[in-house]
Amino acid sequence: MDNFEKFGQMALAIALFVGVMGAILLLVGRAKRRVDIWQSLAFVLPALLLLGIGLIYPAVRTIYQSFFDRTSDSFVGLDNYSDIFTDSAMLVVLRNTAVWVILTPILATFIGLVYAVLVDRARIEAAAKAVIFLPMAISLVGASIIWRYVYEYRPDQQNIEQVGLLNQILVWLGMEPRHFLVDTPLNTVFLIVVMVWVQAGFAMTVLSAAIKAIPSDITEAAQLDGLTGVRMVRYITVPSIRPALVVVLTTISIGTLKVFDIVRTMTGGQFDTSVVANEFYTQGFQLGDTGLASTLAVLLFVLVIPIVVYNVRQLRKADYR
Amino acid sequence: MTAAVPTPALQEELATVEPATITGRARKRLTSRWASLAALVIAVLWTLPTFGLLLTSFRPENDIRTSGWWNWFSDPQLTLDNYDEVLYGGTSLSTYFINSIIITIPSVIIPVSIACLASYAFAWMRFPFRDTLFVAVFALQIVPLQVALIPLLRIYVDADLNGTFWPLWISHTIFALPLAIFLLHNFMREVPAELMEAARVDGAGHVTIFTRIMVPLVTPAIAAFAIFQFLWVWNDLLVAITMATGAQDIQPLTARLAELSGSRGSTWHLLSAGAFVSIVIPVIVFVFLQRYFVRGLLAGSVKG
Repeated sequence: MDNFEKFGQMALAIALFVGVMGAILLLVGRAKRRVDIWQSLAFVLPALLLLGIGLIYPAVRTIYQSFFDRTSDSFVGLDNYSDIFTDSAMLVVLRNTAVWVILTPILATFIGLVYAVLVDRARIEAAAKAVIFLPMAISLVGASIIWRYVYEYRPDQQNIEQVGLLNQILVWLGMEPRHFLVDTPLNTVFLIVVMVWVQAGFAMTVLSAAIKAIPSDITEAAQLDGLTGVRMVRYITVPSIRPALVVVLTTISIGTLKVFDIVRTMTGGQFDTSVVANEFYTQGFQLGDTGLASTLAVLLFVLVIPIVVYNVRQLRKADYR
Repeated sequence: MTAAVPTPALQEELATVEPATITGRARKRLTSRWASLAALVIAVLWTLPTFGLLLTSFRPENDIRTSGWWNWFSDPQLTLDNYDEVLYGGTSLSTYFINSIIITIPSVIIPVSIACLASYAFAWMRFPFRDTLFVAVFALQIVPLQVALIPLLRIYVDADLNGTFWPLWISHTIFALPLAIFLLHNFMREVPAELMEAARVDGAGHVTIFTRIMVPLVTPAIAAFAIFQFLWVWNDLLVAITMATGAQDIQPLTARLAELSGSRGSTWHLLSAGAFVSIVIPVIVFVFLQRYFVRGLLAGSVKG
């Protein structure tokens, strides 16, 4: 396919789509009566059909396949599930996922909060925030490449200079350079740094808006009482923005559970760094084990639910207060 | 998930809070020297990695091989050769750049239009099971993409669509719908009912109300979502490598870069330039549409 042909295909697809939409609007517009089930159907059916065929059916099918073997031929009961919780390689994957989901939200939220408080009402606030927020615009693949270069390792020999910033700093400090992405178990932490780097901007933006929404009489009263600096944050800011903090923590942990781009780009899951979302891809699309991959996808789904429920409950509480 | 989606009221607040409080209180310098220092350290930590790789992408290949980017300051030499090679050389990223554009444009237009129609129906039309269906669509936001991918791929293979752009367009459309419908519905609900009643009295049907009143009124919300969706598709890797495996004809930039990072992990003159070829579009969007961008990202932060 040359570029011309590709753009042609795109134009065709869009034209096709515009045609269908136009037909729907035209037909509904012709209708005489105002309240008509057919009009409503024409409006919602495209969306409902797509969701039914493309999301609900596949999800049900995935759950079904999780009880079958790698080729979906014979029923194996709960074998895939017990494999996940007994196989030693899988246990490493679960351990890593747990570390990711615990560390990332806490670190990103903490840094985001500290930064939001520090730059609040500073003269260069907008620019200072943009600097932290920018990584959110970059793809996780791009972010991973940026950080792989920071971690880059060269063997410690004469005439070989380090090109990775972190190893060069170690050398300047008189230490040995190290394989940041290879040495377990710390390599997982170095991968998590990338996610924290990306997510801190999200945390900062939401928390900053919450901080600005604290009524000024509260902060002024606290100032009159002599509260400043860290104690001000501890006793006034944090309690006042508690709902926003919960939202940020839970949102980041949901995102972290599903993230796979970083692991895929930086280590490919080697050196004991795999997580559930990455293992899903490896099993399903590289090793062709549909059963195990489906089980991992279901596990991901099941892990997300309690966080969402907690999130919604906290919001309800916040609303009724 | 639900929580992170700002309601129209909250969005309003996010938008208005800043000017109000700033004029209300005098701007101050950073509270103390230590606070400024801490903020500066974080800001530097957040920019240095990107800056290092950006500078690297403009250094001559041989310099990149032998020394780190900080050596540039003692031996400043800049070149565009890396970009030339990564775009038009063996890695031919220009092809993938085009692919990314081809994938992204329909993957934004189609779900946004379908979601507009559906959210109008959910907000202002009456039909059986309306509220139940809306809650169901809303709940679908929490389904991780992974749960749908394998059977979905099967469907595409059976329909003989594999190897074309269709699986990517359709998948991105489907995965965008729950969030898009929920978001646009919230905004459409806020439009005063009197407005629609008045139009109805004048004899306007649903289609007229939808195209003449509703869509123009919620354009800011549509823009915020469209920008979010644009970046999501542009930056996506998961859908890309499952639906477009190994095919140079249809793979987007992200998939190619991830592959390069794995197979040619130390050719930094290519990787650095390649990374910035993929980063430049989102950054342009970020700089020029910052406000929509932040709103869109906040609204969509749990997608996927």
